[in-house]
Amino acid sequence: MTEPGTANARAARRVPIESVRPHQFVGQRLRRKEDARLVSGKGRYLADLVVPGMRHAAVLRSPVPHGRIAAFDASEALALDGVDAVFTGRDLLGKVGPFVEGGRLEISPVFLDKVGPEVKPHAMPVLAAEDVHFVGQPVAVVVAASRYLAEDALELIRVDYEELPVVTDPEAALAPGAPVLHGHLGDNVAAHFVVESGDVDAELDRAPHVYRGRFEVGRQASNAMEPRGVLATSDDGTGDLTVWCTSARPHLVRTFLSEMLGIPLDRIRVISPDMGGSFGTGVFSEDFLIPFVARELGRPVRWVEDRSENLLVTRHGRDQVHLVEVGYDDDGRILALKDRFLVDAGAYNQYAITVSYNAAAHARNQFDIPAVRLEGLNVLTNKAPVAPVRGAGRPEVTFMMDRVVDIVAHETGIDPVECRRRNLVRPEQMPYHAGIPYRDGVDIVYDRADFPAQLSQLCDLVDYAAFRKEQAEARREGRRLGIGFSSYMEGSGFGPHEGAVVRVDTNGHVTVYTGANAHGQGLATTLAQVCADQLGVTPEDVTVRMGDTSFIPYGIGTFASRSAVTAGTATGVAAGLVREKALAIAAELLEVSSSDLELEEGTVRVRGTPSREVSLGDVARAAAPGPRSRLPAGMEPVLEAEHYYVPPSVTWSSGTHAAVVEVDEETGFVRVLRYLTVDDCGQMLNPTIVEGQVHGGVALGLGEALTEEVIYDATGQPLTGTYMDYLLPTTAETPPITVAHQVCPSEVNPFGIKGCGEGGAVGPPAAIANAIVDALRPLDVRISRVPIRPERLLELIEVAKAGSAHDGGVGALEDGGAGSRS
Amino acid sequence: MSERRTVTVEVNGERRSGSVEPRTTLADFLRDELGLTGTHLGCEHGVCGACTVLLDGRSVRSCLMLAVQADGCSLRTVEGLAAEGGELHPVQEAFSAEHGLQCGFCTPGFLMATLELLSESPQPSEEQIRSHLSGNLCRCTGYHHIVKAVLRAAETMRGDVAASRA
Ligand code: FES
Ligand code: FES
Repeated sequence: MTEPGTANARAARRVPIESVRPHQFVGQRLRRKEDARLVSGKGRYLADLVVPGMRHAAVLRSPVPHGRIAAFDASEALALDGVDAVFTGRDLLGKVGPFVEGGRLEISPVFLDKVGPEVKPHAMPVLAAEDVHFVGQPVAVVVAASRYLAEDALELIRVDYEELPVVTDPEAALAPGAPVLHGHLGDNVAAHFVVESGDVDAELDRAPHVYRGRFEVGRQASNAMEPRGVLATSDDGTGDLTVWCTSARPHLVRTFLSEMLGIPLDRIRVISPDMGGSFGTGVFSEDFLIPFVARELGRPVRWVEDRSENLLVTRHGRDQVHLVEVGYDDDGRILALKDRFLVDAGAYNQYAITVSYNAAAHARNQFDIPAVRLEGLNVLTNKAPVAPVRGAGRPEVTFMMDRVVDIVAHETGIDPVECRRRNLVRPEQMPYHAGIPYRDGVDIVYDRADFPAQLSQLCDLVDYAAFRKEQAEARREGRRLGIGFSSYMEGSGFGPHEGAVVRVDTNGHVTVYTGANAHGQGLATTLAQVCADQLGVTPEDVTVRMGDTSFIPYGIGTFASRSAVTAGTATGVAAGLVREKALAIAAELLEVSSSDLELEEGTVRVRGTPSREVSLGDVARAAAPGPRSRLPAGMEPVLEAEHYYVPPSVTWSSGTHAAVVEVDEETGFVRVLRYLTVDDCGQMLNPTIVEGQVHGGVALGLGEALTEEVIYDATGQPLTGTYMDYLLPTTAETPPITVAHQVCPSEVNPFGIKGCGEGGAVGPPAAIANAIVDALRPLDVRISRVPIRPERLLELIEVAKAGSAHDGGVGALEDGGAGSRS
Repeated sequence: MSERRTVTVEVNGERRSGSVEPRTTLADFLRDELGLTGTHLGCEHGVCGACTVLLDGRSVRSCLMLAVQADGCSLRTVEGLAAEGGELHPVQEAFSAEHGLQCGFCTPGFLMATLELLSESPQPSEEQIRSHLSGNLCRCTGYHHIVKAVLRAAETMRGDVAASRA
């Protein structure tokens, strides 16, 4: 599979590492700098911000899934005391353009050239002026003296909708005669691509066995605990706009605002205060709507969504159907994978092929499959738009692939762990070329890794042999225990860039400014660790500031497991540059050569003559402009440096998960007793923080596996509008999680960092499903859809029982799908 | 708009009053009238527990109560946990030491619920902890480190009590 020239390409991807100083604070379990504030109620989240004269907004949303606005009457609402204004889509026409959220994430020309996807752009209006396409789509905004009053006013607005036919199922949406959501697109296909490596059809023909199956992953909502919000003020005199919003991507919001409201970029400041999680990136209608109304009214306006709005529109993800054909031999070796999958994109495909191609890029997983063909379709339906949610395509495709491996193991009579091992990419095959490009257009080459060792480490951790004994004993007591595995790859540290400015003040205190923007990941701590090592100070000397477009000219933001890799590298490089500058200035002060100097814990000393020293503050003072400046000739003042890291492509993290479950055959209730992971995210910046990321991801994945689903009825009405219907895992459902690490430092960046933000969420649907199937053996229950709710599992058990009674064990496939064996 | 009522409460040992519409929730009263924004609103329908405060020593969901119902009561919120000089309460300290928080949005609710638990059961088992905290949602941590934090806090507080008796 090696392509000519790729070895050179790989060498070119490496960043020189000569100047990297050894890790001292990186890798330590330092206590987080963020905590003292946050545990004291001194966090400043969006809804905590108050600006004098501030008014409050509430958004009116479409109650119909597909319709045309026939009449709109806000007179009663406007008559209410305390109501300032009501704006509709028509009021915005010609003033605020529509937007394509992912439009900024340009698809690289190389990728277009290699994969040639069909993407049909279609913008979403900030407020619908004519047609509405999903329940929850914003149609009007009220501004009033309080949130209570604004919500009262919503009730008084009358909108007549002419209802249009609805389609909620992606397969139905593809059928001839289906209602077409956006007429100008011709049909409901918003994006389509095919990517392949090897000759799949030939391999399938040759394969001794072929499995055909269908796998589905339900729609999950991101559910950051903090509801989203926006606060905007517009300066009447200067026209300057200041916007606070719960966005992990303030620079992107600023770019959009500039284009949509026609304000120069540098007259807009976007600030992201403390954020209560994210789990799905994005920009939203309200990010433009609220600044627009604040400007129109000449008053600060704040909007904070409530949880029902959040469950309606704030980041649905997943919702995929995979139809697969898999060729394999008697030894359980998978020879070919053909996967045609549909992403139910909802009413606006805002992210082009981000999620669908992510699924394709990760489909092969850790397995060495000679031929693959992946065809992805983003299909429009009358549901809320789907966007990347923690994992973004990986959990879906990993669920498919790891179920397939287990099914192959069962069909060939091979132990599931052994079958998994036989299919893994072996260390001697590294660097492994996947034969397809990543989303950035660069051919996928797996980063340094050892998958069989990872699996062995996990088997030791769970004590696989001991578990099989425990399982047999439990079986004798009538208890059904099972174990399931999942392995995944995580392309992480996506570009195109991230920057850091590192500056030392005249007291010797260091500040790092970055365009990455943490929402719980602890970057204020981990970036301080990186900076401390590369500069020669301690983490206590470093403050990390982010989430404000005035801090740094360019920024991408925090999502896609990218910030430790990209902002971490940028910070390290910039800190190293500051160190060099400090040594050069200190050489001037101490009248020695800079090569005789060392900088540790904020003090520059002459090597071998420790009494001759200057503090970093002294150096910063010497670097200040003015007559007292002691800069070497030609050097610019200010002890600072800026670096934008442009990754050559992603790094590849990986992990293997095991779930141990107990299934109650009578009720269909599944309890996860233990969950164990071995992850490889390269050089860890702070293992405790990595473990926290894994734990949180696992809980999110567990929700996806067992309880969480955004459900729409056939008429397009969402049925999961509160936490009574949408079930997040609690302490009661989430088991203790054992996390171990395998450390294979990345070869892509000089610090060896790989991302770890999403991996935890990738494995659980597959591991838990496999564990349930294992617990119910010898019954052949074929789980092909998550979440696996008790009533669903009971049905599957019934079907499997009936199947084994009738035909001696041919598996039942859920949903009457296309499963069959040839 | 309906007429306003004056509500007087004792919050974190201090007497505070404010004027509210009768429909104002206790959470909005604390946040908007008294400026105590450490109490967070995650769902406003009584499930997530982010808004948990102690009312006369018992945990309540301040999004489900009206401010007028709390008139004359004594309240404790996250702002009242640390000592005068700013020294963290053992529960706060333990959450930080065990990495029991990430974004921190759910944290005030967890801290208050933990305080209630530890006042009732100074030596809770892991199972008791999980059961007591099952009414609080956290999307970031997977709860693993939260449980450890509560065990650590319990241990510290027992130690403190023992030390003060000695
Ligand atoms: S905000 Fe009160 S329980 Fe969620
Ligand atoms: S720490 Fe973020 S929700 Fe709990």
